Amino acid sequence: MIAFLTRRLVATVVLLAVISFVTFTLFHFGPADPAAAACGQECTPERIAEARVALGMDKPFLSQYLTYMSGLFHGRTVGAPGAESLCQWPCFGKSFQTNEDVAAVLERALPYTLSVAVGAIVLWTVVGVTFGTLAALRRNKLTDKLIVGAASVGVSLPIPVTGLLLLLVFVSTLDVLPFTTNAITSPFGPAGFDGWFLNYLLPWVALAVLFSAQYIRVTRSSMLETLGEDFMRTARAKGLSKAAMVVRHGARAGLTPVVTMLGLDIGLLLGGAVLTEQIFSVPGVGFTAVRAAQAGDLPLTMAITLLAAFFIIVANVVVDAVYAVIDPRVRAA
Amino acid sequence: MLPARPASGADGGGVPNARSPEPGSAPPAVAARSLLGTAWLRIRRSKIALAALAVVVLMILFAALAPVLTAIEGQDPYTTRTSPDVLDDYGTPGLPLSYYRYPSFDHWLGVEPGLGRDIFARMAHGAQVSLVIALLATVVSVVLGTVLGAAAGYFGGKVDMVISRVMDLFLAFPHLLLVLSLTPILQSRLGDTALGEGSLLPIASLVIILGFFGWAYLARVVRGQVLSIREQEFVEAARAYGASHRSIILKQIVPNVMGVVLVYATMMIPTNITAEAALSFLGVGVKDPTPSWGQMLNAAQAGNWYLTDPWFLAVPAGALVITVLAFNLLGDAVRDALDPKSSRG
Repeated sequence: MIAFLTRRLVATVVLLAVISFVTFTLFHFGPADPAAAACGQECTPERIAEARVALGMDKPFLSQYLTYMSGLFHGRTVGAPGAESLCQWPCFGKSFQTNEDVAAVLERALPYTLSVAVGAIVLWTVVGVTFGTLAALRRNKLTDKLIVGAASVGVSLPIPVTGLLLLLVFVSTLDVLPFTTNAITSPFGPAGFDGWFLNYLLPWVALAVLFSAQYIRVTRSSMLETLGEDFMRTARAKGLSKAAMVVRHGARAGLTPVVTMLGLDIGLLLGGAVLTEQIFSVPGVGFTAVRAAQAGDLPLTMAITLLAAFFIIVANVVVDAVYAVIDPRVRAA
Repeated sequence: MLPARPASGADGGGVPNARSPEPGSAPPAVAARSLLGTAWLRIRRSKIALAALAVVVLMILFAALAPVLTAIEGQDPYTTRTSPDVLDDYGTPGLPLSYYRYPSFDHWLGVEPGLGRDIFARMAHGAQVSLVIALLATVVSVVLGTVLGAAAGYFGGKVDMVISRVMDLFLAFPHLLLVLSLTPILQSRLGDTALGEGSLLPIASLVIILGFFGWAYLARVVRGQVLSIREQEFVEAARAYGASHRSIILKQIVPNVMGVVLVYATMMIPTNITAEAALSFLGVGVKDPTPSWGQMLNAAQAGNWYLTDPWFLAVPAGALVITVLAFNLLGDAVRDALDPKSSRG
């Protein structure tokens, strides 16, 4: 088990290093001129030259990459000689838009993204697993067909469509829910749990419509497979009630693919629910990413990409570790 | 592998690809007949799959005929009408007056708020843009995924290791974020100033980006299939009579993974349609004045026009959902027909 985890961890660190290098290269050689982007509009050639020095672009590429990476582990100074400013640990550089430490921008955005993610994940997991299991138990009956039909429609509803519809119906027309406010970032703040819940309910639903549908499909097909296994017949034969059989034996085997999917989706969502945050004006990581992309704010874009990749990879490792605990065969692989 | 092809005409003919050839005509290609024939037999049995196929075909025709249809309507997607007899000047400035807001003889789906451009013309030309992007991006991903996956599985060893690690890398990247941030960069590289009416630039950049980031998953699946195919006798036979690697991959291996490729390609199309819509909705994909469904969603949200009148949201959202749903249902049917491992609930 320890050997397995060590192997995985080493591979993860290597993958992270490669990803950081590839991302740095992409963003370094991608735009026509990062210095021009940093300098903004109405930029004279002299000021572009100054910006190049300030960004360290006069140095060789590899040393730029190493400087950037070292900043992630301890602070460094950035800016032109004579006008340096300290960029605190962990240093991702300064935002082109506001000249603020990128890490500070991300720190401000993360609680919003976390709020969106937590509720959405709980909602879609509960809905997806419940209805997926129900459909499997009622295979080919009306209940199953209705659930499967709803899931087919659900996976075909793009988030912009769902999100705008929710705003139109519940905020604009019925006026039963507030438009999201930036003031609430946690259920423990002054607004209390209720305020937090109502504030993020629509973003949760927008995400959950799409994701529940996927979870219903995966749960259903995996449960159908499990229900056909011999050990389920044995459980039934030894006199377990159907409910006990499904919960105690079916769920453990049948929900393994769901756990995998959940782990990966959590990793994905922590990198920012780009569309949802944009539609509901929640200033989380995804919202920040859109602004950064539109403004050509490379340090911010780069940092968000790295952060999101980090979450995805960590989620992969966690899923693998959980698997290794559940299934001893994995450890040997 | 793939289920055996049912005898042609087994359920009463009507299967265009499986009918016995006319006397004297060349027999159709066997590989194509068995694969598409199998899928068709499965689709034929389900009313939902048939309806989905019909919608997909109609939507493709609609997109292809967009210039003709808009010519019949007598409009084009770019002409703006901002005079006070089209757009409201008092209460809600920019809102089309009721004759222009809703379907009429002149404007089949009304005109846009703000600029007064014809919605039907934009929807039809937008269909063309959205579908062309989705289909071409799928082609790019499928070619990359099949070739790289087949090479990794066939050659094994170092080639496999390198390609597999690259796959891992692509799968670990946050797709939407990367696509979101790279699209403006690529567009500025290709010359952002050229964004005019009918500009191909946003289309090309989206095809490149979506295509380039979509191949890894398919490649992994193809690699897995090829690992078992390369051990089979017919590959050994080909090797024995001295066929080149290139010829073995293209003539022996690839035809045998086409089933799985077709399944994933069908499912990739709706994903790419949604991705285009998402990017254009975020304002980094297809940009005004070029229409696409995502760009129209963006226009409906801008200035909260969709709250003033949901009609402006209904047209692009409806087109998008119906098309994605149809492709998804068709994809399910193709998967059930060609992928024996999928559950057939």
